[in-house]
Amino acid sequence: MTARSEGHAVDVNGLSKRFGEVRALNDVTFHVSHGELFGFIGPDGAGKTTLFRTMVTLLLPDAGTVRVLGLDVVNDLWALRSKVGYMPGRFSLYPDLSAEENLRFFASVFGSTLEEGRDIIEPIWRQLEPFAARRAGALSGGMKQKLALCCALVHAPEILFLDEPTTGVDAVSRREFWDLLDRLRAGGLTVVVSTPYMDEASRCDRVALVQKGRILLTDAPAVIGAQYPRPLFAVRANDRLAILGLLRRFPHAAAVWPFGEVVHYTDARTNSTSELIIRELSAFVAEAKMPNVHISVTPAGIEDAFMWYMAQGEAA
Amino acid sequence: MSDISIDARGLTRRFGDFTAVDAITFEVNEGEVFGFLGANGAGKTTAIRMLIGLLEPTAGSAMVAGHDVATEPEAVRRHIGYMSQRFSLYDDLTVRENITLYGGIYGLRDSEIAERMHTLLGRIGLEHARNELVRKIPLGWKQQLAFSVALLHGPRVVFLDEPTSGVDPITRRRFWEMIYEAAAAGTTILVTTHYLDEAEYCDRISIMVDGAIAAMGTPAAVKASFSVSSLDEVFLRLTRSGVVA
Repeated sequence: MTARSEGHAVDVNGLSKRFGEVRALNDVTFHVSHGELFGFIGPDGAGKTTLFRTMVTLLLPDAGTVRVLGLDVVNDLWALRSKVGYMPGRFSLYPDLSAEENLRFFASVFGSTLEEGRDIIEPIWRQLEPFAARRAGALSGGMKQKLALCCALVHAPEILFLDEPTTGVDAVSRREFWDLLDRLRAGGLTVVVSTPYMDEASRCDRVALVQKGRILLTDAPAVIGAQYPRPLFAVRANDRLAILGLLRRFPHAAAVWPFGEVVHYTDARTNSTSELIIRELSAFVAEAKMPNVHISVTPAGIEDAFMWYMAQGEAA
Repeated sequence: MSDISIDARGLTRRFGDFTAVDAITFEVNEGEVFGFLGANGAGKTTAIRMLIGLLEPTAGSAMVAGHDVATEPEAVRRHIGYMSQRFSLYDDLTVRENITLYGGIYGLRDSEIAERMHTLLGRIGLEHARNELVRKIPLGWKQQLAFSVALLHGPRVVFLDEPTSGVDPITRRRFWEMIYEAAAAGTTILVTTHYLDEAEYCDRISIMVDGAIAAMGTPAAVKASFSVSSLDEVFLRLTRSGVVA
């Protein structure tokens, strides 16, 4: 591996990008450290793909600066291109070439060979090798995804950009894919990944939550949950729809959302205690004669934080 | 009329030597939200194609909305709704045109279509976009619209295939509230999803492995039976033995 460039692996300052009326990115600022596994978490249309395409020199910023490995994506694009690996969100290999032919092709584009790149892709390629002669288009979803990762890695990039690599694959393949990313990070590679799935956030060192072209917040996943601004309550009841409606009528309700088998409740007041809120809520549901309701304090997660800051953003 | 909307008994489908669905037996009650889970290739799609009357069972039987899928597939199809995120709506038609088209397919009268269109658009807050091409409306609205269209003819059972992927967590929850409302009104909902945190929103779930149902019950009961805290763990335990190709 070559010597590391000075500063951060990625440095983005005030990045904006417009497509006609649509503000795809709106004053985005963040950095990614060397060797970090950094995740962008946000729904479809949040601007993740535009951001990734800008970082890998495929789109020009309207405003702001984007430096990757110390190189400017506009001025130094030729120097930068051979140092980045990019796996786009849509399957973009050649379906009529075999798995191995695809890999040899992508290696040769960067003036390398499969043999030279073999060590880097070894753990992934080992799983794929039995299917080396199969047409890429005929591979299963999980295998396509691993082949695409190999193709993005075979030229030994210093940083890897993966745009929604796990969309549409099942839970087992997703888990395996994140295990692979762990291994790459352990080898010192900087990995920047995007996903619409909140539950994948915990696999990252740090995450940025993105919505409508803006970053809502950036931090370690555990910190984001711990910094939820209020106590959070899990309310369990036989009738979820009824308890949702009831809790929303509680005069101090700030946020009430279904959350799997329970409902998550956040109080609007900042000057109350958890014990007091539980007592008031219990009295409220008892008065409405709602049976079998259990209320307890619960730790907030990424999704709770995302919804809280999203609602704040929309209210502002 | 029974309270059971889906009643599958020993439902089986073979393709040559391969048994895609292997004698599955389960019931879904009226107004229940049932999660139908499984890894890719576990047999979910084949099972659902039988349940909606598109594929004949090799053995066993299934009653859906009171009709036998093998002998009365057309009656089954008249009483069900189907929504898939990718294929339900026509992108090049407007919101209004899509609703009119589906209303016509389901055999509704013009006056019924007009009335239901009004109610539906009012409920999901899309009145202003009635003349927009579906391609141009945000994904979250598209999903709510697709679900409403699947309910247009008042089906007793609705099949939702991967209904909420890719939307923000608030939009996703609004969608689940729509599902709960439909269920509270007596519609039975069968949902497939890859995302196990999503499965926690269902009343009961089943997990298919290699064509058979390997676990079934409320999410809490399924987790308890494996002594784990997440459905993700259950899923991995069930599927890790048969590693994917």
